[in-house]
Amino acid sequence: MSEVSAKKVLLDPIFNNNPIALQILGICSALAVTTSLQLSIVMGLAVIFVCGLSNLSVSLIRKHIPSNIRIIVQMTIIASLVIVVDEVLKAFAYELSKQLSVFVGLIITNCIVLGRAEAFAMQNPPMMSFVDGVGNGAGYAAILLAVALIRELFGAGKLFGVEVMPTVANGGWYEPNGLLLLAPSAFFIIGFLIWGLRAWKTDQVEPADYKMAAHKVKEAF
Amino acid sequence: MSSANDSIKNVIIVALSLCIVCSVIVSAAAVLLKPIQVKNKTLNLKENVLRSAGMLPENATKKEIEQIFDTIIPKIVDLETGEYVEPDVAGYATVGNFDQKKVQSNPATSKALSSSEDIAGIKRRERYAKVYLVTEDGQISRVILPVRGYGLWSTLYGYLTLKGDADTVIGLGFYDHKETPGLGAEVDNPSWKAQWPGKEIYNDNWQPATTLVKGNVNPNSPTAKYSVDSLSGATLTAKGVENLMRYWMGPSGFKTFLEKVRAGEANNV
Repeated sequence: MSEVSAKKVLLDPIFNNNPIALQILGICSALAVTTSLQLSIVMGLAVIFVCGLSNLSVSLIRKHIPSNIRIIVQMTIIASLVIVVDEVLKAFAYELSKQLSVFVGLIITNCIVLGRAEAFAMQNPPMMSFVDGVGNGAGYAAILLAVALIRELFGAGKLFGVEVMPTVANGGWYEPNGLLLLAPSAFFIIGFLIWGLRAWKTDQVEPADYKMAAHKVKEAF
Repeated sequence: MSSANDSIKNVIIVALSLCIVCSVIVSAAAVLLKPIQVKNKTLNLKENVLRSAGMLPENATKKEIEQIFDTIIPKIVDLETGEYVEPDVAGYATVGNFDQKKVQSNPATSKALSSSEDIAGIKRRERYAKVYLVTEDGQISRVILPVRGYGLWSTLYGYLTLKGDADTVIGLGFYDHKETPGLGAEVDNPSWKAQWPGKEIYNDNWQPATTLVKGNVNPNSPTAKYSVDSLSGATLTAKGVENLMRYWMGPSGFKTFLEKVRAGEANNV
């Protein structure tokens, strides 16, 4: 990469190089926290914060990090930031932190954060690394919000916890689709999103690993 | 990344200084935010106690919750004898310090349950429990009891509130569980919880009779007053709720204490 603009670094991860949709990273938490929009927003903000600051700090000390302990140095920085986020949530958004439970702590193991620290921040100056971290966090958050929008609306008939489609259980007309509240539905939704994204941006389609040969031999009658 | 960076000296310097910086940041966050977190936790507990007792007004502010909570009386009950005890018996100076979770795991104040006794799946039962009481004219009008039991994935922790007759339910609510959202977690659904008030715990022989039935409860059935509509798609969570109700209302739970409440022998709060 030669000179790239900050805008490109910030916006590329949202559609062109999305960490979830193109790199297929961070799927675990994307399944777990997307049952409601509110949770997804908090989780998205947490990842933006951690990813941005970890990239910034790694980049600041990148010239001093011995290469044989670099991964553990990156992990230590990421882990510290995640603990800070977790403590802040427990203090100021107690209800949400209870619902997010372990998933905030698991940002430590989110491949996106470590991936950006290792792939980008180790080679780039601090400000650019920070922007890259925020951009990738935002790309993650964007997918989370899209998935959560579908899951909360059709799974519970609500948006942001406010009922928009009154459910049968509460005397309305909408029979909620329980599958959407379970983790497997997020797989389907993410799959459809990736499909849609690749139909729109065809350069994201990977070349086929193999070619199907034509069926020529008649084997059984 | 020059090779000078990889010398042992440099590795140690970088590792040590990084550890120091990170630990300062992490401990600062933990120490500075601790008081707010503790406040949140106790407020959350108070909210849940009041909600099960049907005493929580909608959109109550923190101050209101504190004020209402101050009107109810916490007491330590010895589950073996059903008598009130001073908190120092359980090893605590005041009722406020009483730590239910520690009492549950401490071998001196709890006992292990055999699998036949342990219908609620709680493994150990404490001897002392913290209950909350509301009195009117010297008579107990509401009894708020901590209950817990294993559902499908996790232990459900909640509060059950009974009237002064120690039989009629005022409310049941769970404040901590990890059941499946949309299925087992529907134990938190207000419309499901609304079935509980008015139900009776004990049958004519004073045995706990709570049953979670499939489908709507037939109001003409003789057991209708003990029965609650189960949760569809959450058979095991519902079974867990039934088990925990039967356990905690039974002789190894609060039954002895509740008999005293009913007989008017527990009004010495």
